[in-house]
Order: sequence, then structure tokens, then C-alpha cells
Amino acid sequence: MATFPFELVSPERLVYSGAVTEVIVPGAEGEFGILAGHAPFVSTLKPGVLTIKGDGPAKKLFVRGGFAEANPAGLTVLAETAIPLAELKAENLAQMIRDAQEDVEDARDESIRASRQQFLEQLKSAAAAIEADARTSH
Amino acid sequence: MASLKDLRNRIASVKATQKITKAMQMVAAAKLRRAQQAAEAARPYAQRMESVLGNIAGAISGGPDAPLLLTGTGKDETHLLIVLTAERGLCGAFNSSIVRLARERALSLMAQGKTVKIFCVGRKGHDALRRQFEKQIVEAVELRANKGATFADAQKIAEKIGAMFAAGEFDVATQFFSRFQSVISQVPTAQQLIPATFAAPAEAPKGSEAVYEYEPGEAEILADLLPRNLAVQIFKALLENGASEQGARMSAMDNATRNAGEMIKKQTLTYNRTRQAMITKELIEIISGAEAL
Repeated sequence: MATFPFELVSPERLVYSGAVTEVIVPGAEGEFGILAGHAPFVSTLKPGVLTIKGDGPAKKLFVRGGFAEANPAGLTVLAETAIPLAELKAENLAQMIRDAQEDVEDARDESIRASRQQFLEQLKSAAAAIEADARTSH
Repeated sequence: MASLKDLRNRIASVKATQKITKAMQMVAAAKLRRAQQAAEAARPYAQRMESVLGNIAGAISGGPDAPLLLTGTGKDETHLLIVLTAERGLCGAFNSSIVRLARERALSLMAQGKTVKIFCVGRKGHDALRRQFEKQIVEAVELRANKGATFADAQKIAEKIGAMFAAGEFDVATQFFSRFQSVISQVPTAQQLIPATFAAPAEAPKGSEAVYEYEPGEAEILADLLPRNLAVQIFKALLENGASEQGARMSAMDNATRNAGEMIKKQTLTYNRTRQAMITKELIEIISGAEAL
């Protein structure tokens, strides 16, 4: 299969860089897979699991906050948080969900509350997906 | 004239000081390397962010639904100055040069009849500005002194600033920090954060770069990314500041070590002269005593 260059960047470091065959990105409007030669495309991320397929077993990372940019030169994903699923503890995720829950309760006006509520839902569904993943891999 | 014992004590104390400054210099050198690496590691993120935002912003900035973070409130009345400094001193003119730049800006803005608000990050800047601008300081954040800045720190600061902007507490935000050029040169810099400014795309997009497809729309992406960009810009400034601080401290401590060395040399010379003078004096006394017999 054709490969293309892929970079996963967090503000603190370059998390992943290399040639891959497919990347599945949790986009704000649904997950999408990127293959080599994708049309130029920019999408924001929702919290979720990013899957990198290349040589060897697929790598899965939890990402939140940021965007993905595909162009003829390859795919770049900028994420504020990017943690390999293996290193992500259930408590961390639970803490994030609690924080998001508090944010929803603290929200003063309706539109902020709605957007935070949406974020909370996305976080919860990501947590569910991660749990399901952990079950299948064991 | 100081006695021999006094001189000995003085030399010992300067030597102890020299050891401390030498150690601080070496610690700063090690930390500088780490700070530089952190700054370099953060660069790709900031660059990509800027290029994507630049692309989208160029397309949308003229439109009526452009977000306020990009266009500003259209007023120029209240200025927020974000002053980023270090937690600790003993780093040459690092803190004071940032503070001076901010102070000059604040005074000139006030002279023009604008309202100035100051947001201090780092204890040193707050200490230096507190006396003169007590009424203007709206917020002061301290960072943990030992660890380098993390993105979470920057995010917290950005959130506070974003909330203040949303509440209409200021029109223009500028951050003051020190750009790291080299170990011997750090340039205090002012950067405007709100309304956001982007360097125009360096070169016209190549022919192969077709028009991007945006999901969700361009406006939504922009609304999502601009607050993040605020955090990224602050993070970048914090990292630059971290590297600058260590660089400044390194050269300041290098100077201090050298000065201590010179002082030790001078005092050892005086010490030896005094000692010899005393021996000569005693000899003369003995000889003249013997001759008198």
C-alpha cells in the first residue's frame, strides 16, 4: 500500500513522525480515514482515539483539542494532548470527565454551556470507545 | 589598615561566593540546554498553527462574521499588558529590561489617555511593577520556579485572558517577554496577541496546493483555533523567556565569577604585601635590638 508522511505534533514535542499507510482521525464531524493522496483538507478534532496504521500493529493514541491538516505533502495533526492508549490510565480519563462536568456546571451563559456539554459528551464517548478497545485487546 | 586576619577572612568569603556563582553558572548552562530543546520542540506546533490560521484568516478577515479575537473590538481604549518575567533574580538585566519595556509602553499609553491594565506572570515582574502601577495590575500569576513552563500553565493564563476579553475588559492585548537570540543577547519584545496578527503567508501558495476543504466551516475552525492560538503564543513566549532567563543568568554568573577571581587576586596581593611588611618590620626590630646591646 502507498505510504505518506504523517506528523503528530503536541505543543511540547513532536509525538510521531514517519511514513504510514492510513491514519484514522476523530474529526469534529465524525471520524475519517486518510490515505495517501488525500485532497487538501482541514478539520478540527474532537476528543477521541487516533489510529495510525503502518508497519506492524496499529498504534492508538488518545487526542484532544486541535486540528488535522491534509495536503499533498502529507498529513499533520496538531493536538493539545496526545497520549498513547497504553499509557493512558482510566483515572486520568475519569478526571478529565469530572473536570468537563464541572465546567458545564460553571458555565454562565447558554451557548457556552451547550458547547461544554457537547465536549463532555464527546469525552464520554471517547472513554467508552477506549474501554471497548481495552476489552477487545485483552 | 586591615589586619592580616581581616584580610584572610575577606579572601575566604570572596572564595565562597565565587564557588556559589560558579555552581549557578553551571546549573544555568545545563538548564539552558534543556530550555532550548523545549523551545525547539514547541516550534513545529506553533509554526503549523500559524500557517493554517494565516490561510484561513486571510480568507475570512474581511467578512462580517469574523471572530472578535481576530478583528478586535474595533476600539483602542483599554490595553492589557501581559508581562512575562522570571520567578527568580540573579540573572542580570533580564527581568528589568522586560519590565522597563512594559513600563515605557504603559506610561506612553496612559499619556495618550488610554486605560492600561497589567497582567503579571512571574514574581519578579510583579515585584517590580507593584509600586508604580498598583491600581493597574489586575492579575498576577506565579509559575513554579524550578520546572520549565508547561503547556498547562500557558493554557491557564490564556483562559483567564480569554475570559477577560469575552467580558469586554480590554480591547488590545500585548505580551512582553524576552526573545532568545543567543547566550549573550536576549531581546525584550512586545507582541500583540489580540487582535491576532499573522505574518502574511511567506510565499504565494504553490500551484499544487489546491483549495482546502474545511470541516466544519472556516468560521467554526477559526473560532475553535483562535483561543488555542492564544495559548500557543503564550506558551511560545514562556519558553523563549525560559531560555533567555537561563542564558542571562549564565552570562551574569560568568561575569560574577570572573569579578570574584579578580578580587581574590587583588586581595591576595595586599595580604602578601602586608605579611611581608610585618616580617620585615619584626626583623628590623630584632636587628636594631641586637645592635643596641
